[in-house]
Amino acid sequence: MIRVTGLSHRIGRTPILHEIRTDLPKGKLTALIGPNGAGKSTLLRLIGRLEPLQSGRVTLDGADIAATPTETLALQMAILGQQTAIASRLRLRELVGFGRWPRHRGRPTPTDKDAVTDALRAFALTDLGDRFLDEVSGGQAQRAYLAMTVAQDTDWLLLDEPLNNLDMAHARSLMARLAGLVAGGKSVVTVIHEVNYAAAWADHIVAMKQGRIVAEGPPKAVLNEATLSDLYDTPVTVSSHNGRPLVLHHV
Amino acid sequence: MTRLPAVLLVLAALICASLTVGAASISILDATRDPQAALVLLESRLPRTLAVVLTGAALAVAGVVLQALVRNRFVGPETTGTAESAALGLLAVTILAPSAPIWAKMGAASLAAMAGTAIFILIIRRLPVREVMLVPIAGLVLSGVLGSVATFVGFQTDLLQYVNSWLMAGEFSGVIAGRYEQLWVAAIAAGLAWFAADRFAILGLGDGVASGLGLSPDAVMRLGLAVVAVVTALVITTVGLIPFVGLVVPNIVARIMGDNLRASIPVVALWGAVLLLGCDLAGRLIRYPYEIPVGMVLGIVGAAIFLWLLYRRPAHG
Repeated sequence: MIRVTGLSHRIGRTPILHEIRTDLPKGKLTALIGPNGAGKSTLLRLIGRLEPLQSGRVTLDGADIAATPTETLALQMAILGQQTAIASRLRLRELVGFGRWPRHRGRPTPTDKDAVTDALRAFALTDLGDRFLDEVSGGQAQRAYLAMTVAQDTDWLLLDEPLNNLDMAHARSLMARLAGLVAGGKSVVTVIHEVNYAAAWADHIVAMKQGRIVAEGPPKAVLNEATLSDLYDTPVTVSSHNGRPLVLHHV
Repeated sequence: MTRLPAVLLVLAALICASLTVGAASISILDATRDPQAALVLLESRLPRTLAVVLTGAALAVAGVVLQALVRNRFVGPETTGTAESAALGLLAVTILAPSAPIWAKMGAASLAAMAGTAIFILIIRRLPVREVMLVPIAGLVLSGVLGSVATFVGFQTDLLQYVNSWLMAGEFSGVIAGRYEQLWVAAIAAGLAWFAADRFAILGLGDGVASGLGLSPDAVMRLGLAVVAVVTALVITTVGLIPFVGLVVPNIVARIMGDNLRASIPVVALWGAVLLLGCDLAGRLIRYPYEIPVGMVLGIVGAAIFLWLLYRRPAHG
């Protein structure tokens, strides 16, 4: 379990998060949802120690992440931030291979090579393995970064808007893969913009607005008309499909 | 794709040529019998050839490391204020402690070069990420400012000749045995970079990716800065400013091999040595028996290569 207590954060003078307190359950697919600027990415980056904590505490299975060496954390959780314009000229196979770096630290074993091959196959990149990162499409690059994160083979995966740039086939296949990882014992925490992906696949939902958590719980408890309309400040209709909530927000 | 054997052959041929070319008309094949030929070979030709090879290799590696640290391909140690800061450090120690031993002077130059490059990195972190061309421009401005401070201080203290010997076009005609050995330290620093190659390649993907993979971005940055600073400082104090090697060689190799630095650093080093030795030989042969400084030859050759690179691939940073 990841436990967050008393977490507040500012960027410059702007408060981003206010006294966040939540538990992210182990062995579940957790979705962070909420409008732009709610603080979802910041919360994920703080949990993933990409930014230093200003106040409050984050523990991973009881251990304080601020007190855990970063190379130890890299064996326990993998985090994928949103990709920026950095154009490194690595072959996709080499990029995914770096996901194994925390394990082999420069001396890859056959196990590491197999893990890379598996990750490439899982994200339909086998044929693109020798292409350079700056010569593939945005969606293919995003899949390569996801494959790198999965290849890290940690108990926890933290993903910041992993559906960015993915077409619907690859988006659905990613969510199915994440659900499969959870079924295999892993825990996934992901920021999701399109609330229906959370409705269809998540086990646990954390809804954030203006730096605060406004609702959390299983999809049926959180994804109702009152909560969502209030969360996004726009009227939302919630229907149902195959026993899961179906959010109609686009018409 | 690496074509290592071919590059090695080219380098070996250039080394043989370099050992035979010079103002003294001797035959190096007679070196075992003719003491005059042996003297020229061991005291002048061999040290000069080694100095060129070490400098070219180390500068090219420093360039590839610097480009990974700043995530921009259009910079080299000579366009980021590194060389000028090294000169300032050397100037300071020459004025304040003129009798300091050589290693202390080199250390001061390296530390100053590290500080100057760190200032460059602080500046470019405030620039918008997408404006790739602002990074080299900021570097040129910083180089200009630091260089003019060095010139002013040198002028005021009658040390301008020294400053010019560090920052003007470098050349190897003064290299003899006993006056180039510091370059081995530069080469060792570049070799150290190879051991940390994965770390630099990962840092090139961004601080977030590096942290996620369990690296400390600041620690990798400090290591990289130290490599770049030591190489640059030792090169400018031994032979002067050598332009373009650290800029164009990493670019050419990255086009072919990409940014997997563990595979590419040896190739970068070899190509750096080949380019510099080729230009040095050209400088020795064009007006034989007189010499054109290798820095000037590189200024022309390097600029042409760099323009070609710019026009070949305008879209990527």
